[in-house]
Amino acid sequence: MIPLDQLALGEEAEIEQIETDHLPLKLIEMGCLPGNAISLIQKAPFSDPLYLKIDESHLAIRKETAQHIFVRLKK
Amino acid sequence: MGRSINIALLGNPNTGKTSVFNRLTGLTQKVGNYPGITVEKKEGICKLNRTTRAHIIDLPGTYSLNASSMDESVVIELLLNKNSKDFPDVAVVVTDVENLKRNLLLFTQVKDLGIPTLLVINMADQMKRKGISVDLPFLEKKLDTKIALVSTRENQGLDLLKELLLNYRQLSTQPTIDLYTIDQQYFENLKAAFPNQKLYKLWLVITQDVNFAKIDRKRVSDATDFRTQSESELKRLQQKETVKRYQFINEILKVGLFIDRDSATDLRSRLDRILIHKFWGYIIFFLILMTVFQSIFDWSSIPQDFIDTSFAALSELAKTRLPEGVFTSLLAEGIIPGLGGIIIFIPQIAFLFLFISILEETGYMSRVVFLMDRGLRRFGLSGKSVIPLISGTACAIPAVMATRNIENWKERLITILVTPFTTCSARLPVYAILIALVIPQGSFFGLNYQGLMLMFLYLVGFGMALISAWILTKTLKINSKSYFVVEMPNYKLPLLKNVGITVWEKTRTFVTEAGKIILAISILLWVLASYGPGKDFSEAEQIVTEMHLNIEDEALTTKINAYKLEHSYIGILGKAIEPVISPLGYDWKIGIALISSFAAREVFVGTLATIYSVESDAEETIKNRMASEVRVDGKPLFNIASGISLMLFYAFAMQCMSTLAIVKKETNSWKWPMIQLFGMTLLAYVVAFSTYQILA
Repeated sequence: MIPLDQLALGEEAEIEQIETDHLPLKLIEMGCLPGNAISLIQKAPFSDPLYLKIDESHLAIRKETAQHIFVRLKK
Repeated sequence: MGRSINIALLGNPNTGKTSVFNRLTGLTQKVGNYPGITVEKKEGICKLNRTTRAHIIDLPGTYSLNASSMDESVVIELLLNKNSKDFPDVAVVVTDVENLKRNLLLFTQVKDLGIPTLLVINMADQMKRKGISVDLPFLEKKLDTKIALVSTRENQGLDLLKELLLNYRQLSTQPTIDLYTIDQQYFENLKAAFPNQKLYKLWLVITQDVNFAKIDRKRVSDATDFRTQSESELKRLQQKETVKRYQFINEILKVGLFIDRDSATDLRSRLDRILIHKFWGYIIFFLILMTVFQSIFDWSSIPQDFIDTSFAALSELAKTRLPEGVFTSLLAEGIIPGLGGIIIFIPQIAFLFLFISILEETGYMSRVVFLMDRGLRRFGLSGKSVIPLISGTACAIPAVMATRNIENWKERLITILVTPFTTCSARLPVYAILIALVIPQGSFFGLNYQGLMLMFLYLVGFGMALISAWILTKTLKINSKSYFVVEMPNYKLPLLKNVGITVWEKTRTFVTEAGKIILAISILLWVLASYGPGKDFSEAEQIVTEMHLNIEDEALTTKINAYKLEHSYIGILGKAIEPVISPLGYDWKIGIALISSFAAREVFVGTLATIYSVESDAEETIKNRMASEVRVDGKPLFNIASGISLMLFYAFAMQCMSTLAIVKKETNSWKWPMIQLFGMTLLAYVVAFSTYQILA
């Protein structure tokens, strides 16, 4: 299990655990929930912000937020 | 007149909700502000049949009923307030067929409030291409509502929507989710305490962040007992609720929605690969900006010149055709130039919003935010502040209006406050004449001094905008908790109707709202310049004629005008502020120009021309006359020290009533424009003072 900001470009993973207190409810409501698929589409320079596909949503979040999401790589 | 029903349009951003609104209401729509805040309130009328009219409110786009911005709290406030005159008889949730799952989350929330709720599935034209099909009867049954499949692009399905709206009474108001399954104990206690209220409504009131709240809590004020649960406990319940809702939605979509992934063509990833590339992304963005600002400058200059000459001609016509008198003078020198001063901004505003709405509509703007966020974040700005900051180089007025796209109020306010520092096109004539006057010709490593000075002034403007943004971020205590979560929508061709309505709305707002203030101040400045106390003003013609006996008529008129201006109220004001501005290296004549250029900075040159009784408007003539102006000690008035001091004063001072008027409109209070006026002028004074004292 790794924090989301360490996911490599194009890698597919599954959300394993989220630190609810540090995440905006909006992100959770957009599908950032354990069990959902997640992949990193693009990074801005300095790896911040991150452009993700979470479940069926395409969205960008900052690195500081991504550190509170833990994912497991898909084999 | 028959009956009228209230309709609220809701939906996630980027679902085409506003397109549905535009299709239904066309140009009957009104855009205003919600009382006391600066969230745009859009409403319009739609005739459903011969006897029924619908009053439609296009609520701000929201992802859920748990507000995380001022815009979103407006939505909840309306849905919770049964006494509001706008309270909807029926809610319409607009969804995008490609993001149905996430969009339905909002639908289930709205329906759980017990309001009759219709579902619109938009972008039906995309279904075939994306390999999507839906089982409408199944979805209608499971979601317990009626569904209109709509394509705003092809204008399909809207008649069905109108028909469903007419029959809204048949919609069920049963909740979709059983809240007890989230936490039996907690919700049973809640229900026991307020047996007459809808459970989900109670739950919403309890969980809304107080920061945004103007929600009427009175009836459930005792519900604060239920806040005794810790914040993180409440959030855990909210998360559980979200999971429940998704379970419900997933069960339904498993059967009701079919996506054939293979037939989907992936335009998004192909475009994203280039448009947000670490290197090419920035180059493309830069090129787009260059195109936009070139066209704002170039394309607008044609209609602007036309407006300029037309109003000058109109003013001349009024002067020659109407009988001489106060009224004619007010019309020809106050009202007509004042109106011209408003209308001249229309081309720039219209062009800027044409481009901005196209960039928004295509989905490119979110990519800009993604690219620029990190760089601007350290100054307390948002990725979205880029557009206003750079459009400020054309004109601060459309730039301030363009901040509406920034959701976070604090970031938006700071962007509004610092945008006037960027070098707008009205500063150029002032810089041009002063640079030509005081900066020597010659070059340094092939770079011409005068060009360097101009570049320096642009950099100083941007630099000051960033520095003051940083200071404001640290000092302004505004509680606008927000997180950076930006949806990256699909790329789409812009809908002409949406673009047209945006351009029309923005231009109209400027003319009607800011225009009033600009016209009022223009008339005030006219009064100050056309009246003066005592004989010096009233008998100016006689005095000047006696002083210059052998002089041609035209030259005499110029001299009389100069003499009148000197002894008018504005001239007296100029003299009164002389002690204050002389440490900056200015005399009372520059003082008059400073005051009158409050109408618009470029007036500086014209005013000096009048004071120095220069007969021609040609820049060269004015420049030569300025160069020969001397101080009491015989040294030239305009030298390096006073020239640079004056340019820096113009770089920082808030000398534009039109900008103040639009800031008042956008922030809904006089507080912020006044802070700008005094803060920037003070800064300009201090900088100009130190510059002159050091250089002189």
